Amino acid sequence: MNIIGLLAQLFAIALALFLAPLLTGWVNQCRAWLQSRTAPPLLQPYYMLHKLFNKDVVLAHGASSLFRFAPFIVFGCMVLACAIVPTLSTDLPFAPAADTIALVGVFGLARIFIALAAMDVGTSFGSLGGRREMLIGFLAEPALLMVIFTTALISQSTSVATIVETLAQREFAIYPSLAFAGVAFTFVSFAENARVPVDNPATHLELTMIHEAMILEYSGRHLALLEWAASLKLYAYSCLGLALFFPWGIPNGDSFPALLAAIPLLVFKLAIGGSLLAIIETVNAKMRIFRAPEYLGTAFLLAVLGLLVRLLLETRV
Amino acid sequence: MQFYDEPIEFEPQPGVSAPVWHGRAASGGQLWNFTTAVFRADGRLAALWGSDERQRRGGFRLHVVFGLDMGHAWVSLDLPADHPVYPDLAGIFPAANRMQRAAYDMVGIASDGPDQRPWLRHGAWPADWYPLRHDTRHEAGVGVGFPNLPSDYDFVKVGGDGAHEIPVGPIHAGIIEPGHFRFSVVGEKVLRLEQRMGYLHKGVEKLFIGADIAAGARLVGRISGDSTCAYAWAYAGAVEAACSATPPPRALGLRALMVERERVANHLGDLGALGNDAALAFGLTQFMRLKEDWLRLNARLFGHRFMMDCIVPGGVAIDLDAQALDAVVEQCYALAPEVKALRTLYDEHAGLQDRFLTTGIISADLARELSLTGMAARATGVLLDGRAYRQGYTPPPPYAALGVRPATDDRGDVAARAAVRFDEIAESLRLIRELAVALPAGATRIEPAPVAGASGLGVVEGWRGEVLVGLSFDAAGKLARVHPHDPSWQTWPAVEHAVLNDIVPDFPLINKSFNLSYSGVDL
Repeated sequence: MNIIGLLAQLFAIALALFLAPLLTGWVNQCRAWLQSRTAPPLLQPYYMLHKLFNKDVVLAHGASSLFRFAPFIVFGCMVLACAIVPTLSTDLPFAPAADTIALVGVFGLARIFIALAAMDVGTSFGSLGGRREMLIGFLAEPALLMVIFTTALISQSTSVATIVETLAQREFAIYPSLAFAGVAFTFVSFAENARVPVDNPATHLELTMIHEAMILEYSGRHLALLEWAASLKLYAYSCLGLALFFPWGIPNGDSFPALLAAIPLLVFKLAIGGSLLAIIETVNAKMRIFRAPEYLGTAFLLAVLGLLVRLLLETRV
Repeated sequence: MQFYDEPIEFEPQPGVSAPVWHGRAASGGQLWNFTTAVFRADGRLAALWGSDERQRRGGFRLHVVFGLDMGHAWVSLDLPADHPVYPDLAGIFPAANRMQRAAYDMVGIASDGPDQRPWLRHGAWPADWYPLRHDTRHEAGVGVGFPNLPSDYDFVKVGGDGAHEIPVGPIHAGIIEPGHFRFSVVGEKVLRLEQRMGYLHKGVEKLFIGADIAAGARLVGRISGDSTCAYAWAYAGAVEAACSATPPPRALGLRALMVERERVANHLGDLGALGNDAALAFGLTQFMRLKEDWLRLNARLFGHRFMMDCIVPGGVAIDLDAQALDAVVEQCYALAPEVKALRTLYDEHAGLQDRFLTTGIISADLARELSLTGMAARATGVLLDGRAYRQGYTPPPPYAALGVRPATDDRGDVAARAAVRFDEIAESLRLIRELAVALPAGATRIEPAPVAGASGLGVVEGWRGEVLVGLSFDAAGKLARVHPHDPSWQTWPAVEHAVLNDIVPDFPLINKSFNLSYSGVDL
């Protein structure tokens, strides 16, 4: 670890905090354009955060301390996740602290706390959302792990930084296994980030909600943190996807100028990714909730196929 | 004349409104027998309400309207003032349940059935206080000054391992009308749904009492804003029948034109909302664009986006010149291909069809049992449309001359209701064009003079279904009692059945496919 590495790490976190709402705003804008609506401002998520941070918190009478702390835990988990995923540099001091499996665990931890908090106040919608979230989660996590194992096999390491380094610095080669893993990862990201076709972030129908149902009882700064955390999660997933499948242009972090030069490329890649997300969301309808196991089962199957392709076809005997 | 060899004598109602026969049952037993005969003949219960006739006849009166093959039979039954009880009809027609309970809450006439829970009374007034009785004291203006009593409601409990309740509403996450839905579920599976309505009770029926014809017309158009034309026409039909007045043919043509425009506007909005509820927001924005254009032409030609107060007793309050009629026809030609393109998009969208198909099924048998009318009934395959000819039934003018082709679909699910809506848009566009092109020349309005003591029933096929307005005049020629009846009375209980094979998150889609009125039933 050196001083540049530490700076790069802090800079990456700051960038994540700043860029995450922007990414959400961009996706919302693209969605609006595709639906031929007038789009909200790009900075709308910041306005929302500003508004919510300035509002008082309304707490349910039965709310325990878990309900109050959960937003901070969830937010912390997402910041940590963003810190682990290489965005600008692969030389991240935090990266050895957690490998990809731990990353999945960090997402899992956040999920457990948000689901518990949703059930804490005892409203029917909270419990409804909480148990749906666990249904999605326990199906999505294995698929995500399988995707990561495929990439880990290629780089012989489960450390995200090492994986990205290997993939980014390798000579150009086409890995069929990565194609399978990439599709599976896309499936999982939609489910994990509560996007159409699994969930609908824009809905007002309380009976159909998953993520929104869990945070219905939150207000003020708690809600702001959860909204920000949701943005960070989308950002973390996008960056993870970019790092695993389109890692070109992430420097290994010896120099500060290289770091700065990586920013425009990252923003460009995120913008492309965000607009693709909006397109997929626009052309799809939300599936019946009991189709989610089929959907995530498909993701798992694809991820396993990727793993098998890696093991059987790409390994030199 | 008699129906089904039952000893009730019926007389046809005069006028050009939908065919109606008036009859009087001599006893509760006669009414019960007649109801059974109607049920055996595949008839329907169309409406039920009560009125306080103690000033005129020394008792109360129960009014029951049945939908028969050939038209509507309006049966009245006089009830004694000291013991106003009539036989429970809900055992024959389940749709009677809520209407009977509402009649008790309003007028204090009771069925002898087992379900005596209040329906419209939510603890805002005491149980022995009946708003529609003449001798009930009303403080002028606001409310009646009763303390807000707790209103515990006896929902049917569902027990068993893992069964629990999800209460939804009356305040919802979106901006919609208030209603309470009590789901009993195991996991996501719906075991039972019970609705509680009445949150929009605003004393409309009381406001009618003592009003003159014109004030009543304004009020009836505001019962359910999305059906304002249908209500206004049904009310006008009832007034004209009571006054034996015949509106000019041009007025009838314009009325039909407005009701068809109302139908198209609502179907457009609901089809968009159906897409949105399945997270296909593209559908919503496209349909809302079409609906907005449609409503703007309404505003331009009729002076109101929903065409409120355009249909009045005796005719219509507006007239369209040749240029306006051209604009109407032109808009039909412009809309048709757009709707067709969107229909293709909906039909070929695998994700959307997966949500629509087999969701919220109502069988034709259930539709008959629950006395469903309108779009909800036709989407189960029941061929019932007040605008179209059927065995023994002649539709009222101007529909008689138009040869309306009713749209049906026998699947009974959300997809069927969407398909029927698409078909009805196409058919309504044709009707609007034909009406606009062949609109008779001449006057648009006559002034009906109230006939003391007369009564009339108006029936109009609105976009949801059959809208009925029954009314009677008092000795001074003012309105003695007006009962507006929304088709949602019959269709709301059908929603309780429609969700039974589905899971909780499919309910909003099922609900939206009917898009029933809260205001229309809460009165």
